[in-house]
Amino acid sequence: MNLFELFSIFIGVALVNNFIFCQFLGLCPYIGVTERTSSAMGMGMAVIFVMVMSSVITWAIYEWVLVPCGITYLYIIAFILVIAAFVQLVEMFLQKSVPALYRALGIYLPLITTNCAVLGVATLNKQQLFGVPGSLIKCIVQGLGGGVGFTLAMLIMAGIRERLDFAEVPEPLKGIPIAIITAGLTAISFLGFAGLSF
Amino acid sequence: MHNVVLLSLVVLGLMGLGLGLVLAIFSRIFAVTIDPRIEEVAHALAGLNCGVCGYPGCTAMAEALVAGKAHARQCTPGGAAVVKKVSQILGREELPAEPHVAVVKCRGGREEAREKAIYRGIEDCVAIEVLEAGAKSCIYGCLGMGSCVSSCPFRAIRMTANRLPEILEEKCTGCGKCAAMCPRHVIALIPRRQRVYLGCVSRDKGKEVKLICTVGCTACGLCALPTITPSGVVVVKNNLPEFPPDWDDFAAAAEKCPSKCFIIRTV
Repeated sequence: MNLFELFSIFIGVALVNNFIFCQFLGLCPYIGVTERTSSAMGMGMAVIFVMVMSSVITWAIYEWVLVPCGITYLYIIAFILVIAAFVQLVEMFLQKSVPALYRALGIYLPLITTNCAVLGVATLNKQQLFGVPGSLIKCIVQGLGGGVGFTLAMLIMAGIRERLDFAEVPEPLKGIPIAIITAGLTAISFLGFAGLSF
Repeated sequence: MHNVVLLSLVVLGLMGLGLGLVLAIFSRIFAVTIDPRIEEVAHALAGLNCGVCGYPGCTAMAEALVAGKAHARQCTPGGAAVVKKVSQILGREELPAEPHVAVVKCRGGREEAREKAIYRGIEDCVAIEVLEAGAKSCIYGCLGMGSCVSSCPFRAIRMTANRLPEILEEKCTGCGKCAAMCPRHVIALIPRRQRVYLGCVSRDKGKEVKLICTVGCTACGLCALPTITPSGVVVVKNNLPEFPPDWDDFAAAAEKCPSKCFIIRTV
């Protein structure tokens, strides 16, 4: 394991295989929470945090519980369980310790409990990285990259949609239709990263 | 086979149990004590989330009330009933506010006030005010675009066919949103007990008013004459008569006024 390998994992999951644009995970917040840049940023930050932490936790559950018991086929259920519990825990902690951040994140924090991109990063870790040398640190980097890629996509979309408010959009396309067209065009532009290899 | 089923049941069950326990413990450690009175006060408030009190919604207002940072009378839509309920919950005497009502201090509609131009544009008072100060010749009176109608959270304002706003007093809570919104301050708040108000805000001289409006105050000063009202009650200032809110014997002045500017309310 060297730094370059970690870097390629990071770029791979953040840009080349971006969760939203290339794997089509987490599309619900991508359309739902991108009307303002500030809320997109809040959601993105929360997702980065939860993705990194859930990478660590799912790694521990998998290596220390599921593998010794020989029931690795249950990993999806186990991951959902620990991610949901973890997000609840974080919510309680923030409400008590950092009420300002808790209010700023608002509904987005509980929304992450059921965000498929978070489960996606855990299953991707399991399929690609578990069992290889230095898997924990690679999982953390993959979680970080996934969150950063997600935030990037959210911010691009929110920035475009804020400007769309002032654009002359044809009447039938106003609102969600133009947002979906925008999403499609942005996704195509992200295909440009597909040729990127290290 | 039997073993695998049992094992997965046990392991997942234990995991669920463990996580549940951890969450239960942490919910005790991180318990946030919320004053139960906040919810009670929030329920007692008008519940419109109108923001008139200056707080973003009734819950924020309730928090401020419990913390002693706000007064119950700031909830104008709630009126005296809310003040009473909040006083009971908080165990301290909250002073009620004098109930107010919004009035339109202009009667120069399409028929009465001369128009200097035909306006075709956004139906909005601020827009027309910015553009050449309105379509009417009078630079003080109602612009007639009805922005106050949409500013009212209680649907207490409607536009008449004459393009003048009409306040439905039984729906008006005296919150003052329309008065704050009106770019010309034609709408004003007066105490509900006030029985008379002036239906004109023009500070032009009489001659100019006569040219552009049939119902405007010409500042003739008849109402201020000692033969009609006791001296000092009505004072003409800035070409408009001023009088105290509890003015009672206005009948003679209202009768003599050539433009019939005094609007008498039934209280």
